[in-house]
Amino acid sequence: VSLQQDFPGLFLQEEEEEEEDFVLNQTPTYTQLLAFLHPQAIELVQFLLVKDQKKIPIKRADMLKKVIREYRDVYSEIINQATRTLQQVFGLELVEIDAKHHIYILTSSLPRAEGENLCQNDETAKLGLLTVILSFIFMKGNSAKDSAVWEFLRWLRVKPGQRHSIFGDVKKLVTEEFVRQKYLEITPIPLTDPPEFKYQWGLRAAKEISKKDVLRFVAKIQGKDPTFWTSQYNDAEATS
Amino acid sequence: MAAQMTDAHRRFLQVLMSHGIMEGSEARKLHRRCCEIHKVHYVHDKLDDFISTVNRHLQPLFMQIRKGLSESDGRAHYALVNLAETEITKMASDYTENELELFRKTMDLIISSENGFASSTDILNLADQLKTKKMKKKEAEQVLNVFVEDKWLSERNGEYTLHTRCIIEMEQFILSNYQDIARKCNICHSLAIQSQVCESCGTGMHLPCVRKYFRAQTEPRCPQCNDFWSCDIPGTKQPIFTKTESSNTRK
Repeated sequence: VSLQQDFPGLFLQEEEEEEEDFVLNQTPTYTQLLAFLHPQAIELVQFLLVKDQKKIPIKRADMLKKVIREYRDVYSEIINQATRTLQQVFGLELVEIDAKHHIYILTSSLPRAEGENLCQNDETAKLGLLTVILSFIFMKGNSAKDSAVWEFLRWLRVKPGQRHSIFGDVKKLVTEEFVRQKYLEITPIPLTDPPEFKYQWGLRAAKEISKKDVLRFVAKIQGKDPTFWTSQYNDAEATS
Repeated sequence: MAAQMTDAHRRFLQVLMSHGIMEGSEARKLHRRCCEIHKVHYVHDKLDDFISTVNRHLQPLFMQIRKGLSESDGRAHYALVNLAETEITKMASDYTENELELFRKTMDLIISSENGFASSTDILNLADQLKTKKMKKKEAEQVLNVFVEDKWLSERNGEYTLHTRCIIEMEQFILSNYQDIARKCNICHSLAIQSQVCESCGTGMHLPCVRKYFRAQTEPRCPQCNDFWSCDIPGTKQPIFTKTESSNTRK
């Protein structure tokens, strides 16, 4: 499929216009830059978007092996172009969440909209459950024991051993899917027998979800003012 | 000067991507909301202009927001499609080799069928004939569920057809890879999976197109050979189709 065939008018007109601009000011606009993207940068953008669809964190090793391949010598230029394109066309940011293993995720860089950020995704129901868990962890001082989390969920009639009509296997959703997507971080507590675990916000949650919104959400449910919880309030103000 | 992309366009794109596919009225609501959030001038009924601005920026990336009609209710839907890859390779990163083979074989069944549906029994019978790696029936059943969840297939009473999103994405691929058996609708000239076929000349039409076309006619006759149209005209009975499709797309 040739793109020029689909939009012949648009294509030519734009190129002419921009050539002129290009001479006039030294900094090319991103529309101009888009026309000169390295083929591997385009492929990388597509690769990252497909991975992000399933919220799978992306390893740098995979980008190199599957997309960049023999173009390693221009690796940084390719990454730069892809990053800029994601930013300017999609409003997405490529964030390194694990500097040791070089793992990346895509997060939205658009300004948060009131009441929008907590449920803009398709899988609203799952995100609802996630929001509840993250709120619980936050209110417990950014860390909660697994037993406390599950006790709290049981109280909401969400039980680990039972198939939930919407969430399916809840245990798997919480301890595997949310963890893999970097919404939750679950670490074993040393020297516990039987083993106990600590639940904390994952790196994606820290990046995508504002503590202020979470506190506002809890305050609304409890019918109180956010300032009622002093330390959480200060925490939320400090991190936003 | 053509319109520049704003955060309203970017937000629209992000939400569309997370949904996979959106029905027209949902997309129009989203258009409005995005403009409101980012205080961008909103023009009612200009969704297609708004989208073409996005598409100009997607062009160099070989992507496009494409509009397609649902085969069951005829309503417009929007999806982001990738023009660069052969479509199946795009799925390749999400599924294992034998899952892909099952999908391909299911697609064969659906496209070569009369009405655009393949029964779950016929699909499950393929599971132990897969060349890449055989599947148990139970496994194949789960894989089919995932295809439905991911909006590649839609299911109705144990019968599977291609989801609107799949048709929007794969239309070109199907037309070129199934040249001999893929039908084009005689009315709207796009690919027709779920269709009615003329008994005498084999001309196919989408159900919504059939409904529209025969509405104006006293006696239904094939637009190609003028023979009597022997299939039941849809829309004269209860609208079961509408319900399934919309619950599928809205998930």
